[in-house]
Amino acid sequence: MMAFLKLLARNRLALAGGIVLSFVVLLALITPLLPLAEPNVTNTAARFQKPFSEGTLLGTDHLGRDLLSRLMWGTRLSLAVGFAAAVVAATLGAAIGIVAGFYGGRTDNLIMRGVDMLMAFPYILLALAIVAALGPGLFNALIAVAAVNVPFFARNIRGITVGIAHKEFVDAARLAGLSNSRIILTEILPNVIPVIVIAMSTTIGWMILETAGLSFLGLGSQPPQADLGSMLGEARSALITNPHTSVVPGIMILIIVMSINLLGDGVRDALDPRLKSGALSRPMAATLVSRKDPVPPAEGKGLLEVQELQTQFHVKDRVYRAVGGVSLHVKPGECLGVIGESGSGKSVTALSVMGLVASPPGVITGGAVRYDGEDLIGAPYRKLREMRGRNVAYIFQDPLATLHPLYKVGDQLIEAIRSHRPISKSEGQAKAIDLLKAVRIPNAEKRISDHPHEMSGGMRQRVGIAMALANDPDIIIADEPTTALDVTVQAQILSLLDDLRRSRGLAIVFITHDFGVVGQLCDRVAVMYAGRIVEEGPTQSVLETPTHPYTARLMACVPELGAGKRRLEAIPGLPPVVDKLPKGCAFADRCDRVQADCRQGEIDLEREGTRAVRCIHPVIPLKEAAE
Amino acid sequence: MGRYILGRLISAIPVLLGITVIVFLIMALIPGDPATAILGSYATPENVEKLNRDLGLDKPLVSQYFIWLGNMLQGDFGTSFSLNRPVIDEVLERFNATLILAGTSFVICSVLGIMAGVISAANQYGWADKGITFVVLLGISIPSFFLGMMMILFFSVNLRVFPVSGMWPIYGTRDIWALLNHLVLPATALAVVATGVIARLSRSAMLEVLRQDFIRTARAKGVHERGVIWRHALKAAMVSIIPVLGIQAGFVLSGAVYIEIVFQWPGVGRMLVDAILTRDILLVQGGVVFVAACYVLFNIVVDVAQSLLDPRIKT
Repeated sequence: MMAFLKLLARNRLALAGGIVLSFVVLLALITPLLPLAEPNVTNTAARFQKPFSEGTLLGTDHLGRDLLSRLMWGTRLSLAVGFAAAVVAATLGAAIGIVAGFYGGRTDNLIMRGVDMLMAFPYILLALAIVAALGPGLFNALIAVAAVNVPFFARNIRGITVGIAHKEFVDAARLAGLSNSRIILTEILPNVIPVIVIAMSTTIGWMILETAGLSFLGLGSQPPQADLGSMLGEARSALITNPHTSVVPGIMILIIVMSINLLGDGVRDALDPRLKSGALSRPMAATLVSRKDPVPPAEGKGLLEVQELQTQFHVKDRVYRAVGGVSLHVKPGECLGVIGESGSGKSVTALSVMGLVASPPGVITGGAVRYDGEDLIGAPYRKLREMRGRNVAYIFQDPLATLHPLYKVGDQLIEAIRSHRPISKSEGQAKAIDLLKAVRIPNAEKRISDHPHEMSGGMRQRVGIAMALANDPDIIIADEPTTALDVTVQAQILSLLDDLRRSRGLAIVFITHDFGVVGQLCDRVAVMYAGRIVEEGPTQSVLETPTHPYTARLMACVPELGAGKRRLEAIPGLPPVVDKLPKGCAFADRCDRVQADCRQGEIDLEREGTRAVRCIHPVIPLKEAAE
Repeated sequence: MGRYILGRLISAIPVLLGITVIVFLIMALIPGDPATAILGSYATPENVEKLNRDLGLDKPLVSQYFIWLGNMLQGDFGTSFSLNRPVIDEVLERFNATLILAGTSFVICSVLGIMAGVISAANQYGWADKGITFVVLLGISIPSFFLGMMMILFFSVNLRVFPVSGMWPIYGTRDIWALLNHLVLPATALAVVATGVIARLSRSAMLEVLRQDFIRTARAKGVHERGVIWRHALKAAMVSIIPVLGIQAGFVLSGAVYIEIVFQWPGVGRMLVDAILTRDILLVQGGVVFVAACYVLFNIVVDVAQSLLDPRIKT
């Protein structure tokens, strides 16, 4: 509760709303004690006095009554009626909702049908019908407004109750032989009350507006008594000649409702945990770049060269070093595997290449990504956009989430092409069919008008690959493209990628956590751990003689076909959290070869021929492995 | 699609019946005897009894309901005693005016609200977002009747650019321009609150969608940021915006009552308020049932629009 209030107070707008509202409520409460003129005493001689004229602060109305006094009494009445309506609606609605939610079955069905019927009315029609039946009057208006809002509460509270009614403590109470009404009162109600209060706090503004509205129409408070709505209603006939009589009550309604809305928003934000973590931030078109160190010079190692790349996530005051200085390169026709556990930074490395890391919170803080020698980090958005899909294309993991659910796959393919060159509709159609055929989708002519949800997982991933091929890119970055698929489909996709690489001379960066997949497809492999590369080398060589203890353990995790007796060894422990990386080797805590010097300080990536390892006590000395 | 629409129409029947039951029950609450209310307190007992018989009020409640319902199904909503004309004629004529006002407002609030929400989300925490958020907050806090009055004061009285009230000029031709000229202020005043609500919801729906994987895919294939926002993200966000448009249509229809009073617009809302004040119960009953039924049918249109947008909904 204290934490909640603190959070609320941190929201400056909500705080302002709360202060203004408290002030208005306080004034309304002490109105009878204030030295105000009598609100209902008429004095036609002094009618329509302007504000700030003698003897009256806000002027007088059409009957010469003091506006300030009427405003204060009217505010008092409006607040009271709005609050009463909210309490009545909340109580009735909650009672209905709890009964429906607790008893369920036919009772629930019947009640909720009734609630749905009430909700089928535009709210004012129902309120008008009720006032028409009961006759105009403030009390009847209150009943009408409360009645109209009952369904809202009933529906909300029912939802909460259904959730609670099947919890263990309710079952326990039932077993203890408590009666239903006892259970509702002692078990359900205490859990529902906070929700009721919050729902009330967010709707009370509405209730005040609605009762003011009915009074404005002449259906609420009757003369001489006046709430803010009927003050406005009475002033309407003098709107043009004496606008101040309308402005005064109107502004007051505005102030009240606005401060309630501000406060209500603050309450809602404070209760929505997603907003607290800042996860609702919109990712920008390209990842933020903030490099302090000098950019490393080009080395000309391959078509794509990643040099000392550093990508971090900045969440509030914490810095997560997802990628801590990674260097990779890949040549045309070559396939590089990047392997590691989830959270090792392999996907973030891949997404950093084209600035696709969600930002906020992602920031690229150092290094370079070179395409054909040219640095892309910090390149203008226009340049990045032109290269995305045309020079470097991506294939993502879960094609159900990564394809747009509402567009036909053909249209998504055509769009990929049209983003880079103008093409006629029929030409695009033909090209889309060709692409689907290229990834071996049968019946491509028909399939282009399917939506993603109408396809199987394997077919969807083929569409994902077709989309990556649409502009004949030189490099494809495949981020775990087969993880969501079953084994036979996985094998098909892998052989498809392999064929494409050979026939088109594609450079592929293949990200995976599966050594089996690496062995089938990749020429070279880089093993990542806690945001850094710990081992690198030709696939065959690394598979035969892993030198880093982590690589060895990772390989031991893969069950081998026909070797049923080998123990499948999981690696104990978890990778370190990347905002608190230990000094020295990040794997030290999980390593069975760990020694004191492992934790001393920075360990370099040691190279020997085509092999490299970041370990001072390797499984096999690097020299031996490299031979 | 045809079957889907038919199915929705059939499932609307119990809702429509429910509406008539609710209205009928509320009207049955009326204290005293409607005939006395109609004829006034000086009516002779014979006349009251005759009228009660004519209105079918001497029968039990259930058969009264079915007689009323049967008559309505044949287009007979009774006769308004205060206007001395068939209720249905009056309601249809007035509803036409309301439809022009509320329909225009609905278009304004949908288009402006969605645009504001998208721009706000696309520039999250930027000046455009802050500006829109502030205006929206003001918009949803101001009572529409007060806003309407202030607009009259400013645009009609001070600037003299729009007429003060009414639907048609008192003198002069009744063409589309005259109507539009009269429509600008009330339609805008009516649209403000709904625009704010729609803008808020569109903003959060967009923020939700912009974090989805398929947005990253669109960016990865080189779609221009404009296309990412206005095509990919907005289309997906519309799935949660459209149902809110349906709900807001109800609020626009409700707000029309106030705006019709403020701007002297000859719509069904003003008719209802007048009918309540003169206790013309048949007119209230007929008007409420008719408008509520139209709203139910409108919501079917919303559902159909939703199913056209989202192929995952089984049609």
